[in-house]
Amino acid sequence: MGPRLRRFKMRNRDTANATRIWKRQGKLYRPTFVVLLAWLCGLNSGEAAEPVRYNRDVLPILADNCFACHGFDKSKREAELRLDLRESAAAELPSGVTAIVPGKPAESALWERVSATDEALLMPPAETGKRLTAAERDVLRRWIEQGAEYEPHWAYLPPQRVEPPPADGSESAIDRFIRSRLAAEKIEPSPEADRHTLLRRVTLDLTGLPPSPLEVDAFVNDRRDDAYERVVDRLLASVHFGERWARWWLDLAHYADTDGYLQDFLRPVAWRYRQWVVDAFNRDLPFDEFTIYQLAGDLLPGPTASQRMGTGFLRNTLSNREGGADLEEFRVKQVIDRTATVATTWLALTIGCAECHDHKFDAITQREFYQLYAFFNDADEVNFNAPLPGERAPWETAKQEHDRKRAELLAPVAAPLAELQADWERRMLETEAHPGQSYAWDRALELLGLQWGQDLGEGQLEGLNIIKTPLAERTQDQKDRLLDYFLSRPPAEFSEKFKELKISELRSKLEALAKELSHVTRAPAMMKAPAQRVTHVHIRGDFRRAGEVVQPGTLAALPPLLEGRQADRLALARWLVSPEHPLTARVAVNRMWQELFGRGLVATSENFGVRGDRPSHAELLDWLAIEFVRGGWSVKVMLKQIVMSQTYRQTSAARPDLAERDPNNVLLARQVRLRLSAEAVRDSALAASGLLCRTVGGPSVKPPQPESVSKEAYRSVWEPSEGADRYRRGLYTFLQRTSPFAQFVTFDLPDASRSCTRRERSNTPLQALNLLNDPVFLEAAQAFAARVLREERGTNGEGKEGNVDERRLSRAFLLALGRNPQGAEVQRLLAYLRQQQELFESDAASAQQLLQDTPLVEGSSAEAAWVALCSVLLNLDEAVTRE
Amino acid sequence: MNNRMNFGALPAGISRRQFLARSSHGFGAMALWHLLAGDGAAATQPHFAPRAKNVIFMFMVGGQSHLDLFDPKPQMAKWHGQPPPESLVASLPDPQIKAGTLMASRRAFKPYGQSGIEYSELVPHTAAMADEICLIRSLHCEQSTHDAAELLFHSGSPLFGNPSIGSWVNYGLGSVCENLPGYLVLISDDGRGLEGAGSALWGSGFMPSTYRGVTFRNSSDPILHLHLPTGISAATQRARLDALADLNRLHQQSTGDAEIASRIASYEMAFRMQTAAPELLDFSQETAATRAMYGLDAEQTRPFGANCLLARRMIERGVRFVHLLHTSWDDHSHLDKHLANNCGMTDLPTAGLLQDLKQRGLLDETLLVWAGEFGRTPMGEVRRGSTAGKEGRDHHPFAFSAWMAGGGVQGGRAYGATDEFGYNVVENPVHVHDLQATILHLLGIDHERLTYRHAGRDYRLTDVAGKVVKEILS
Repeated sequence: MGPRLRRFKMRNRDTANATRIWKRQGKLYRPTFVVLLAWLCGLNSGEAAEPVRYNRDVLPILADNCFACHGFDKSKREAELRLDLRESAAAELPSGVTAIVPGKPAESALWERVSATDEALLMPPAETGKRLTAAERDVLRRWIEQGAEYEPHWAYLPPQRVEPPPADGSESAIDRFIRSRLAAEKIEPSPEADRHTLLRRVTLDLTGLPPSPLEVDAFVNDRRDDAYERVVDRLLASVHFGERWARWWLDLAHYADTDGYLQDFLRPVAWRYRQWVVDAFNRDLPFDEFTIYQLAGDLLPGPTASQRMGTGFLRNTLSNREGGADLEEFRVKQVIDRTATVATTWLALTIGCAECHDHKFDAITQREFYQLYAFFNDADEVNFNAPLPGERAPWETAKQEHDRKRAELLAPVAAPLAELQADWERRMLETEAHPGQSYAWDRALELLGLQWGQDLGEGQLEGLNIIKTPLAERTQDQKDRLLDYFLSRPPAEFSEKFKELKISELRSKLEALAKELSHVTRAPAMMKAPAQRVTHVHIRGDFRRAGEVVQPGTLAALPPLLEGRQADRLALARWLVSPEHPLTARVAVNRMWQELFGRGLVATSENFGVRGDRPSHAELLDWLAIEFVRGGWSVKVMLKQIVMSQTYRQTSAARPDLAERDPNNVLLARQVRLRLSAEAVRDSALAASGLLCRTVGGPSVKPPQPESVSKEAYRSVWEPSEGADRYRRGLYTFLQRTSPFAQFVTFDLPDASRSCTRRERSNTPLQALNLLNDPVFLEAAQAFAARVLREERGTNGEGKEGNVDERRLSRAFLLALGRNPQGAEVQRLLAYLRQQQELFESDAASAQQLLQDTPLVEGSSAEAAWVALCSVLLNLDEAVTRE
Repeated sequence: MNNRMNFGALPAGISRRQFLARSSHGFGAMALWHLLAGDGAAATQPHFAPRAKNVIFMFMVGGQSHLDLFDPKPQMAKWHGQPPPESLVASLPDPQIKAGTLMASRRAFKPYGQSGIEYSELVPHTAAMADEICLIRSLHCEQSTHDAAELLFHSGSPLFGNPSIGSWVNYGLGSVCENLPGYLVLISDDGRGLEGAGSALWGSGFMPSTYRGVTFRNSSDPILHLHLPTGISAATQRARLDALADLNRLHQQSTGDAEIASRIASYEMAFRMQTAAPELLDFSQETAATRAMYGLDAEQTRPFGANCLLARRMIERGVRFVHLLHTSWDDHSHLDKHLANNCGMTDLPTAGLLQDLKQRGLLDETLLVWAGEFGRTPMGEVRRGSTAGKEGRDHHPFAFSAWMAGGGVQGGRAYGATDEFGYNVVENPVHVHDLQATILHLLGIDHERLTYRHAGRDYRLTDVAGKVVKEILS
């Protein structure tokens, strides 16, 4: 042991609670699979030329074994040694030694300590329970030998294309990556799931609905080689595909049908954006265009209504319309939310904390936050006429007549009114520029800003923006809207003149006239603000304390904006989807993967920053990202690649052999069982029962729910829908931010006030109560039973078809679970059925109640027993699980 | 007919318990035992004689200001508006927090009770119970962001994915309450909603879902769908449950998924809750005096008061761990206004609960814990448009206050101390892990021996740290 080494050790012992801190390391242990590395490196050990790569080879070793005491966290740092930065690792320590002397392992304390034979010197220390393998030590030695080069954080480097390794019997690149890794770990993949399971899995994953009995029969009996691929193609072409994947995207957009905040006003046209997303997925709008339209569709040359409607993405931000709210404060909050939502959605970076100070962990400065913010600071909310099919023609015809009559009504007072309005507009602008001169005018301005289009979901600053638009540039629609507002809320000092001009009578006539005009549905969107706003850094996040002026720009750690373009939202969107962008494609494919395997290749799908998890299969992630871009950003093509893989098609049965080694299924030696989403729990029950209304699109609906829930909102507005609207897919259920639909909350609907990248999947008694006792689910059981009895007729013991109850049971299984029942299940359920029938025979009242309004075909006790049986099927763990 | 006997798939001679034990992978025998608690299994034996049987864990999400509630710093007045000593803030990474000036609390403090411990005017009702309370003024941790600090406080780790303390307690001791979950969660807020780590705070992490906290709604109808729907008799309900359990078990056998055992347990618990919960939620037998004590009849105190009263009723019925969360105390601005509001909502019901437990003789066996994830800076913070008089304070993990009462802790005690700024602990530091170790100790659990095996490793609530604070035990 050299003197250097001894000093290093002494230093450690000097530290008062060194042992305790050493021990703490244990907690940071995350199961990683260094064995593979060992294997890879073992293969390579003879090839001295093989370059060691920091991110791929070295970082996993350092992160799992060293960083807890020699990393970023200052409070836990030992011996003042920091190994996550080259300059620190290669600097002489206070103890006089140097951890890494590039090119010279023999002089590097790191190498001496990890290869020490003396237990007292060995790193990592024995107390941590960690021990480097010979192969890991070898990686470190060769890395130092080769110059100990570091690399930037993996996610900031462009994806690297690596040829998928060869693997026995697999053609798919996905399988080759996954299986070569499994082979290295000496783990067998699981066999393919049986056809029933596979069909239900892929149908739920791609459409959010269970397969119909016909679809099950067709697939199970299809002996063609490409039977499965045909199913996948059919599902990708289904209109329900867009519904299922829209819900995935709406979690990121944090969509809802109300404003949020205490008063939570309605947004009756918010659904136009939801519909846009459904349509975009259905027509497989390439993800790059999908991105551009949502961030900047309005800035495209001559934008179409659909392109503008995409910007509805940015309209899911909360709006505070409560009197007394500071207009600018809440506008700033909206811009901050848009900035953070875009960063989470496309970059998987949590940048919100940089609002007030530099990011504590990632290389994101406060200045950079405001550079990103600047892109959105100039974007204002606006709604526009976006007629639904059939609305345009009658409206256009009626509009001319309406406009003529309107002009006639206004003509007598046109001149004095114009003068008054000009005065009003001037005072409003003055007040905005110099608030605090007059309470009345401050208040008037505030109301214009807050309450414009309240309960109509119109943009808050639309009115003010019209005032800021020169008269000559205003559209007729803008002029009319502003005039209507002015007439309805005149300032007190105009009241005399309004009386003189008989404005209140005029208003009544105008309103009556407007009612005659046929309806045209509007859509939320964004527009460039009429006057450019200068963006400052907000000192400590205080918008009133303007720091330095910043221009729109991106993060220094990422590639620069494309040259020669104006730095606006459009440039930002194009930058995000530029082929060399390191994050967008990776983030998107990782989230698709997460939907299909329950966890992403990067488990922290919300955070690709340095505090996020490293990818479990980095090369596969890169391969998928590159394929995604190369394949024209087609979501359908990407999903098809994944669901076609053997990895996806494996059974989800537990692997006792891996329970300790890989409890979280990181290595993907099997599929996983996933509890269905809140919406799919409902949709599946309705689908099995035949109640489900499969209409695609349209405004939100309000299925029945307990009264106490709707009373929780600020204003009680939950009038249950009638008819088929009670049975629409969960996607269409009205989402009130302050009191979301109760069943969805019980099944982990995320909070719509911020972007959510992965939902929780809990399992609670509250869910059991919901499925057992909610009248909605009992109604589904009633209809389910009626359907089964209707579809399988006959009596017991009749003919070669066998026992009718058994046939009915098979039918019910097929409808609810997409498979046939097993012998033990049949036996158990038939016993239950007989028992229930006896029970209902002795309890006719219950039977009658249970059958109320259900048009059945047989004796009431038998029918009631079937309802009780169907309710059991809908409550099964399997019924709410994608296997 | 006995459904359980007619269970064709089970090989003869195998009981349900054996069946479950054979077909479940990846979680420990103890966990299995508890999943079956509803079948009459006794609670696990503690390691040594417990001082408390139940815990009411009152968590103030966001981090309340110790300087304005519990830790008076009269000397601060003379430094008000001055920069803090460089030595104090030298190590802070954030230049903006560093640049803040010291802000003396505007709150008057005075001594309360026989013990004469000083409390702020914002918590007069709690303070009136000073002789029952052990106030810890020397808590500290190293996490300065909400998620991480809240997770640390609840699960012993700043990372997501670990079981909450309520899960650990139920895992360690089992539930003696057959008809209600052993871990219940009650949430209230001041209009700012639940922030931070959210439901991860009562999650069961790598333990089975059965150990997850079950949330009640803070409304007139705290548990939805408790009642049988029209046409479903009690007999049918029971039969449904039996059939479900049998079929789910068959499915567990074929998939090997241990989570199905949790689903079965959830259904059994739901069934028992149908009878137990309406009785639990029925306040009609509570006297007017009790209602007043919890502030049930005043709008401001009702949300938290109802949760406090529920907490008492829960522990009376044997619920092991009741978790109250009130949010938000994250006062970066408008500290005075927000603190007054939150204290107005919580102080009276908190004291009411303490007093009620005492008069009912329940305080001896119930441990109350009142805490947040960190304290607030001695420096004022100006942010988000806050102007003079509307300052706030930033996150401060280096020193903060919390209190415990009942179940084996000394009343009328103030433990630990901070420097003259309330910035650093100068006497008897108590790390969050130490507090967790102490809570477990009072329940008769040795925090070093309560382990759960996951992914080939034994986990503990207190990680590899934690020291029982023996000095505050009664």
